[in-house]
Amino acid sequence: MSRIIASPDRDPFADAAIRFAGVHKWYGSFHVLKNINLTVGRGERIVICGPSGSGKSTLIRCVNRLEQHQRGSIVVDGVELTDDVIRIDEVRRDVGMVFQSFNLFPHLTILENCTLAPIWVRKMPRRDADELAIKLLTRVKIVDQAHKYPGQLSGGQQQRAAIARALCMTPRIMLFDEPTSSLDPEMVKEVLDTMTELAQEGMTMIVVTHEMGFARQVADRVVFMDAGEIVEMNAPAPFFDHPQHVRTKLFLSQILH
Amino acid sequence: MELLAYVREAPEPEDPPPTLTSGALAWARANLFSSPGSSLITIGFLALIVYLLPQLAAWATTRAVWSATDGAVCRQDQDGACWAFVIAKWDYLRFGSYPFAERWRVNVAEAIGAVLIVWLLWTNAPRRAWGALLFFVVYPVLAVILLRGSSLLGLPIVDSLLWGGVFVSLLTAAVGIVFSLPLGVLLALGRRSSLPIVRLMSVVFIEFVRGVPLITILFMANNLLPLFLPERWAPDRFLRPLAGIVMFSAAYMAEEVRGGLQSLGRGQYEAALALGLNYLRMMGLVILPQALTLVIPGILNNFIGLFMDTTLISAVGMTDFLEAMNNAIKDPVWAGPTIMVTGYVFAGIFYFSCCYGMARYSAHVERILAKGRN
Repeated sequence: MSRIIASPDRDPFADAAIRFAGVHKWYGSFHVLKNINLTVGRGERIVICGPSGSGKSTLIRCVNRLEQHQRGSIVVDGVELTDDVIRIDEVRRDVGMVFQSFNLFPHLTILENCTLAPIWVRKMPRRDADELAIKLLTRVKIVDQAHKYPGQLSGGQQQRAAIARALCMTPRIMLFDEPTSSLDPEMVKEVLDTMTELAQEGMTMIVVTHEMGFARQVADRVVFMDAGEIVEMNAPAPFFDHPQHVRTKLFLSQILH
Repeated sequence: MELLAYVREAPEPEDPPPTLTSGALAWARANLFSSPGSSLITIGFLALIVYLLPQLAAWATTRAVWSATDGAVCRQDQDGACWAFVIAKWDYLRFGSYPFAERWRVNVAEAIGAVLIVWLLWTNAPRRAWGALLFFVVYPVLAVILLRGSSLLGLPIVDSLLWGGVFVSLLTAAVGIVFSLPLGVLLALGRRSSLPIVRLMSVVFIEFVRGVPLITILFMANNLLPLFLPERWAPDRFLRPLAGIVMFSAAYMAEEVRGGLQSLGRGQYEAALALGLNYLRMMGLVILPQALTLVIPGILNNFIGLFMDTTLISAVGMTDFLEAMNNAIKDPVWAGPTIMVTGYVFAGIFYFSCCYGMARYSAHVERILAKGRN
C-alpha cells in the first residue's frame, strides 16, 4: 500500500533515525495503526497530516513508547522498542517530545522545568544545567520569563518553553504532536518560527500538524494518513501540487479551502 | 447617533470606578442590616452574646477559684470554675505516672521536638532539609532513648504503662502523623499501580481498615498482634495502639492522596516519561508534589481527625490526656459539683487550641502555595 519515494540526494535506508516495519496497533478491537512502513533518515523533517482519528498522533507516540505497538518493529536510533524498560528510558532520553497541551510542570518555574531532566536523568551538575537552560531559553526568546511559573505565561510562550525543555536533553530526534493546535491564532507563528529554526539546524523532526504552510516550507517529506494507514507520501511540492490518491485530494481540498 | 463606519481619533479616558462604599459603617450596613429580617437576626444574636458572654467570662475568671489545696473551697464556691483543681493536677495531667525524678526527660524530648517542628513548619526557614532529616531520622531515636530510657547511658528504663497525660497524646498524634502520611502515599500509589497483586493488596488493606471502627483496630492491634509474634518479640503495650492508629490513619490518607493523583491529567505523566524520568523520579519530582499540594486541606483535616482519635487509646489501657483528666476528676480529695465541668472545659480548650492551630496553619500554607502558582 505505502510506497516510499526517496528524495534524490538522500537514501533514507542508509542511515535511519527511525524505522517502522509492518507496525500494527489496536485499541481494544479498534485497528488504529495498519501495517505502517516508514523510514526516517537522520536530519530528515517529516510532516504527518490527516483527518482527526487517522492515527497520526498514535504513530509518533509509538516512537517514544507512550503507546505500545502490537505487531511489527520500531527501531529508534538503532534500538528496537520492546518491553525492556531500561532501553526505553535510553530512547526517551534521546527523543524529545512537544505536546499539543504543552504539559509543562505547573509547580516548577520555567527554568526548573528545563533543568529537571538534565539534572536527574543526565546527572548534569545544577550550574551546567542552568547554563544550558538559559542558553536554550534565549534561543526560543523567553529567557526573561525563566523564573516565572508556566501559569503566568501565554500559550505561545508556554509552548516555546516546552520546546526548550525538550531541547535541554540534547535530543537527536524531536517529535511534535500538533504543537500549535491549542494556541490562539496570533501565537501560532512564534512557535512555528522556533520550529523552523530548529529544522534549519539539522534536527531530525517528525511533526504532526495541520499547518500546511509550515509543511511546504520545512518538510522533506509529507506523509498523509487516513483510517490508520499511510495513504500517500511525497516531497512537499508534488504532494501539494499533484496529490495522487483520491483521499489525499479530498483532504487537501477540505483543508486548503 | 449610531454610525455605520467609525475610526477612533482619541483614546477613551480611563475613569476611576463608581464610588466604593468602604469603611466599617458601610460593611455593617451591607452585611448585618441589609434588610429588616437580617437586622432582626443581627440584633437577636447581639443580645444573646451580650447576655451570655459576661456570665461565661465571669464563670471562668472573677468567680473562679484560682488557688486551693483541696476541694473544700470549690465545694463552697459553686458559681465559678475550679481552676485550682487543674493547677493542682497539672503535673499528673502532663506526665501521668511517669516517675517524678525522670520527668525532665519528657520536657527535654518535647522541647527538642517543638524546636524541630517550628523549624519545619516555618515556611521560609533556612536549611529546612536539615530540619527534616533531624526530625524524621535523628529525633525519633533520640525521643525513644529519652522517654524509654537506656541502661547504656544510665537513664533508668520507664515502662510505657507509666506514661500518660498530655505528652502521650502529643506523642501519639506525632507518631500517627509522621508515619501515616508516607504509608498512605505508598498505599495510594499501590492502588493505582499496574501490577495486579500490589493493587489488590492495597485495595484490600484500605477497604478493610476503612470498613472497621478505629476502636476495633485498636483492640485487634492490642490482642491479636502478640498472638502472631513470638513472645520475645511481643510489641510494647504502647507500640500496639500506635501501630493501630498509624494503619487506620494511613488508609484514610491513601484515599485522600489518590484523589490528588486522579486530578492530575495524563499529560503530566506523559511529559515526565517523554523526558526519560523513570517511575520513581516521575512520581517523586513531578506527580506527588502536585498531587499532595492539591490535597493539603484534606490531609490536614485527616491530621485533625487523628488528633481527636488519640483519645481512643485509653480503651486499650493507655492514659492519654483525656483519660488522665478522667482519673483526676475521680480523686475524692477534689470531689465537688464544679470539678467535672472545669476539667472537661479545660480538656476542650486544649483539644480546640491544638486543632484550631493546625487548621490555621493549613490555611496559611494554602495561601502561600496559591501565591506561587498564580
